[in-house]
Amino acid sequence: MIEVAGLTKRYGEKLAVTDLSFTVRPGLVTGFLGPNGSGKSTTMRMIVDLDTPSSGTVRINGQRYRDFRAPLCEVGALLEARSVHSGRSAHNHLLALAQTHGIGRRRVDEVVELVGLAAVARKRAGGFSLGMGQRLGIAAALLGDPGTLIFDEPVNGLDPEGIRWIRTLLKDLAAQGRTVLVSSHLMSEMALTAEHLVVIGQGRLIADQSVADFVAAASGNTVHVRSPRATELRDLLLSTDVTVRADGPDVLEVSGLSSDRIGIAAAGAGIPLYELTPRQASLEEAFMTLTRDTVEYHGGTPSSPPGDPTTTAGRSGAELVGTAGAVVGGPGARA
Amino acid sequence: MTAATVERPAPSGLAAGAGYRVTPWRVLRSEWTKLRSLRSTLFSLLAAIVFVVALGCLISWARVQHWDQESPLERLRFDPTGVSLSGVFLAQLAIGVLGVLTFSGEYGTGMIRATLTAVPHRLPVLWAKAVVFAAVTFVLMTISSFTAFLLGQGVLSSRHIDTTLGHPGVLTAVLGGGLYLTVVGLLGVGLGALIRSTAGGIATLFGILLVLPLIVHFLPSNWSDNIDPYLPSSAGQAILSVVHDPTSMAPWNGFALFCGYAAVALAGAAVALRRRDA
Ligand SMILES: Nc1ncnc2c1ncn2[C@@H]1O[C@H](COP(=O)(O)OP(=O)(O)OP(=O)(O)O)[C@@H](O)[C@H]1O
Ligand SMILES: [Mg+2]
Repeated sequence: MIEVAGLTKRYGEKLAVTDLSFTVRPGLVTGFLGPNGSGKSTTMRMIVDLDTPSSGTVRINGQRYRDFRAPLCEVGALLEARSVHSGRSAHNHLLALAQTHGIGRRRVDEVVELVGLAAVARKRAGGFSLGMGQRLGIAAALLGDPGTLIFDEPVNGLDPEGIRWIRTLLKDLAAQGRTVLVSSHLMSEMALTAEHLVVIGQGRLIADQSVADFVAAASGNTVHVRSPRATELRDLLLSTDVTVRADGPDVLEVSGLSSDRIGIAAAGAGIPLYELTPRQASLEEAFMTLTRDTVEYHGGTPSSPPGDPTTTAGRSGAELVGTAGAVVGGPGARA
Repeated sequence: MTAATVERPAPSGLAAGAGYRVTPWRVLRSEWTKLRSLRSTLFSLLAAIVFVVALGCLISWARVQHWDQESPLERLRFDPTGVSLSGVFLAQLAIGVLGVLTFSGEYGTGMIRATLTAVPHRLPVLWAKAVVFAAVTFVLMTISSFTAFLLGQGVLSSRHIDTTLGHPGVLTAVLGGGLYLTVVGLLGVGLGALIRSTAGGIATLFGILLVLPLIVHFLPSNWSDNIDPYLPSSAGQAILSVVHDPTSMAPWNGFALFCGYAAVALAGAAVALRRRDA
């Protein structure tokens, strides 16, 4: 169990993390999501006491990290940046870490085997590929057989086989009753591994809920409607908590109303419907919706004029034609 | 290669059961493993040994060759111990770099993060690194210093201008070769931890040891005479000379002051290590 309470980290003028509070429970994989620079890695470094919070606290199983007598046996951490001396072999790297705790060579060989580095264990880590380096980091995290694991973008640089391996590993670790926190950019990856999500944007908490709730809350119930009298229907449906977006002359995307209610409303007004399809947003879309306003570093598309800072990738498409009440987005958007 | 091999009766059970915990002795062992498992350690130490021994012999040989041409004043000032130990001044480069690298190497590669997550109290890492480094350097450099002295005297004996360990101050100076190099390295360890970058650490260390005395010599002479003896380099090197210069500090006093400078650097490193983000 990791309890983060009121965590704030300031680097000079820059607030990397602001009043962040969440709890990571054991027995399931918790995904830690957020756009670039949102403070995921910073939070993870604070969990293992590498960075000191400007304010707030982190407790792991009720204790501060630095108070553990055997920290590697409590928390295993794979950090974003490589944490290996490039001149040392994988085996000696792990051995040196193990020796601080009195962990024996057998365990070192075990984790080397586990992550599939046995063949290169005696080679200099500096010559490792990105994926091999990542595996070595995972071996170090597993060294003390800890009850809590934090992985900062573990799939970074792994091949498809490695990604599948990580996915299984994370799930197995959680199934054994461990606390597992994994950060990632890949929503599709999280959809397959995580059961719970902590989402942050610009260092603030945006959502802390199950994957299913997250998708539902972020997208609302979008219903795709096609009707020859779309404008009329839009005016009919618009009310507090209902958002209607036009996707073409006769196409509407309605959120905040079930397809049943729209059907009944249309029938009542005698408006014919050609299409009425409830749509569940993917985790990817849910994430984009939710973090849209907090993305700091936008990428332009090749066709956009160079140097135009307002262009954002993936934000093209329909404009809002009418909004009443809450705008789509935010955990509380669903009525 | 599946996770099925991760066996675990209950989370957090392992730590309590097997007596796994961080102790100063274990951190020391870990740092020993780290030191011996890097090629840079091997190269630096090998270079230092070669410098001390080979340069001492070479300079001794050169003096023997030119003895006939040397003036009476030069002969009067001749210090057979100092000549045979002249390699120490070159070896300090290798040892100093190795000292700086003990920390800057970890900061540069990111290893420090792994180190500090394993030992979150941090200070045991500093002490362990300093102790392991000092022990290895002292043993190897003392042996080198004695070897250089004995070989050098062997060369000088062909002209009967050699000395023995029994002469006053000679034993201190030969021991001093190992001691001086060890403390140069410790100064490097402290600066490496404070500055974190290899280039910056090395520049600072040799700025203090080599450049500072040159600059002080440009000061008005009554200033420089009062400052120079107390510079880290002059204080530390006082122990190396048998023929005593009245303006410099006494051998052991100078060495104690030099140790003080290294202690200040290590204390600064301790504060920085505790306070700063990794
Ligand atoms: N050591 C540091 N000094 C100054 N600023 C920092 C430092 N570490 C992080 N930051 C800033 O804090 C913010 C959060 O960074 P962080 O690395 O935690 O983000 P992240 O969510 O991990 O991003 P990414 O998804 O790109 O890995 C960024 O704006 C970054 O520039
Ligand atoms: Mg990151």
